[in-house]
Amino acid sequence: MEENKPKYEVFVVNTAQYYTLHTKKYGMRKKWQAADPNEIRSFIPGTILEVFVTAGQEVAAGENLIKYEAMKMQTILEMPFTGIVKEVLVAVGDKVRKDQLMILLEELAE
Amino acid sequence: MSLKRNILDLRRRKKEAQQGGGEAAIGKQVAMGKKTARERIKAILDDNSFHEYDLFVEHTGKDFDMEKKVLHGDGVIIGTGTMFNQPVCIYAQDFTVAGGSLGLMHARKITKIMDHALKMRVPIIGINDSGGARIQEGVNSLAGYGEIFYRNTEASGVIPQLSVILGPCAGGAVYSPALTDFVFVVENISKMFITGPSVIKTVLGEEISMEELGGALVHSEITGNAHFYALSEDECFEQIKKLISYIPWNNTQKALRFPTQAPTFPVSIEDIVPSDPHYPYDIRDIIKAIADSSDFFEIMELFARNMVIGFGRIAGNTVGFVANQPMYLAGVLDCDSSDKAARFIRYCDAFNIPIVTLEDMPGYLPGVDQEHAGVIRHGAKLLYAYSEATVPKVTVIIRKAYGGGYIAMNSRHLGADFVYAWPTAEIAVMGPEGAANIVFRKEIDEAENPAEMRKLKIQEYKDKFANPFVAASKGYIDEVIEPLETRARLIHSLEISENKVDKRPAKKHGIPPF
Repeated sequence: MEENKPKYEVFVVNTAQYYTLHTKKYGMRKKWQAADPNEIRSFIPGTILEVFVTAGQEVAAGENLIKYEAMKMQTILEMPFTGIVKEVLVAVGDKVRKDQLMILLEELAE
Repeated sequence: MSLKRNILDLRRRKKEAQQGGGEAAIGKQVAMGKKTARERIKAILDDNSFHEYDLFVEHTGKDFDMEKKVLHGDGVIIGTGTMFNQPVCIYAQDFTVAGGSLGLMHARKITKIMDHALKMRVPIIGINDSGGARIQEGVNSLAGYGEIFYRNTEASGVIPQLSVILGPCAGGAVYSPALTDFVFVVENISKMFITGPSVIKTVLGEEISMEELGGALVHSEITGNAHFYALSEDECFEQIKKLISYIPWNNTQKALRFPTQAPTFPVSIEDIVPSDPHYPYDIRDIIKAIADSSDFFEIMELFARNMVIGFGRIAGNTVGFVANQPMYLAGVLDCDSSDKAARFIRYCDAFNIPIVTLEDMPGYLPGVDQEHAGVIRHGAKLLYAYSEATVPKVTVIIRKAYGGGYIAMNSRHLGADFVYAWPTAEIAVMGPEGAANIVFRKEIDEAENPAEMRKLKIQEYKDKFANPFVAASKGYIDEVIEPLETRARLIHSLEISENKVDKRPAKKHGIPPF
């Protein structure tokens, strides 16, 4: 039975170390990261219809950033705070995935 | 003379209708490595037992020139037959007829045989091989699906419902299998998804093959939608027959009883488990060392492998095994494994199958992904299912039974009828390492050599609490037994529980966390 012994990995539960195998799905999990307020990401896959801002532009909270269409609905993303657009990473016509980074912001110091 | 002519005419009509989509379409089906709908039915049922109904049903589509088309049997074959000489209902979608697309009459045929199965209290087997809704029939197709789902739900827990995916099963069609008890898939043949690769490409620009999106392996390993994975249709049919042999025909009966057979597993049950609780082994070896003929029929083998579920027999009677698997992820409880076990427990409970739980788990899987995936509500399914089940419930604690997992794995507190523990069992609020760190934090921090002190305290905790005797002293464990006694104890416990009555308060239904 021992000839084809599988290669066990160390797995920690409540500080105890166990030798075990991983599953495919366990290997597929993504590491969690806190959301960065300076990143405007798509929350649903869609197509960019309009980009209202350009890099370097100062934008007040509530102004329009991007309009995109997803599932036959048009959504406008607004500026969450007053700040500067550092980078625009999408253009009109682009198809965006869910959670794709579209605009990078920088908050203006008070 | 005229009667003879009528008979000949009937034969000619039947022969034509039985051709389905005709030779060319059948040729294509075969070229895809698939059997025809009729061959599939015959392969599943007892020889020459199939009786067909509604062969001459015609579709009612009037739009888009559909009225000019003849679709034999409207793309689905329904009928009755026997398995193990007992009656079953069956339907098979015929991909050679308009791609097995579901129109109104197609759905009516399916609901007819479903109604029959429910009325006669016999299992229903559905073979899915369909391109989806028949677009030309519009909302009538949707109505058809809805009426099937309604019946799936009505029959759930009353008669066994098996779904065999032998081709595409896309869009709304996937929900009938999802509502049934067991889903069978075959490599390279089964494809299940809500939105297919072409839509995903149009909307998202993501390119993925059907197989990668919703192939047999994906549903067996990742999504947990499928229960049985086979490499060929023939293997799949064997799995169906084997499953049917373990389950009762309806919820008022018990499963077929077989003669008692001793286990034949070559390794002694005493030699399977490493004494160090940090090392793994295959829990299925323990099941094989206990079950009749060492025969264990595993369900969802590839999904959430840290939990093992399946059927075996003890003294000739079917039992459902639920066991932690130290071989994978140390046998932890997590979202998927809780979900997997909970649904199986509810199946066993609905169909009068006693549940044998084998426990060896270090607790819940830690991690943000688990917490955010809802391990609280998924984990609660397991508590709910065990607590709700009124069939005989027996637990054997093999090694680790820590914390919340100890409670969840059919503990006395959730209504287990018999709880046994091996002398290797560690029943404690958490593992010795974690517990020592908390209980003896001060002593460890203040020691000259904290590492040494920690080791000492872990050992101290281990000696005092990481054993079955504390729980046994409270009566939470009925008996600490030697591994070799396990089978005999289980046989006896199940015999004693044969006429178990466990009356619960009347209610319409509970609100399980799903």
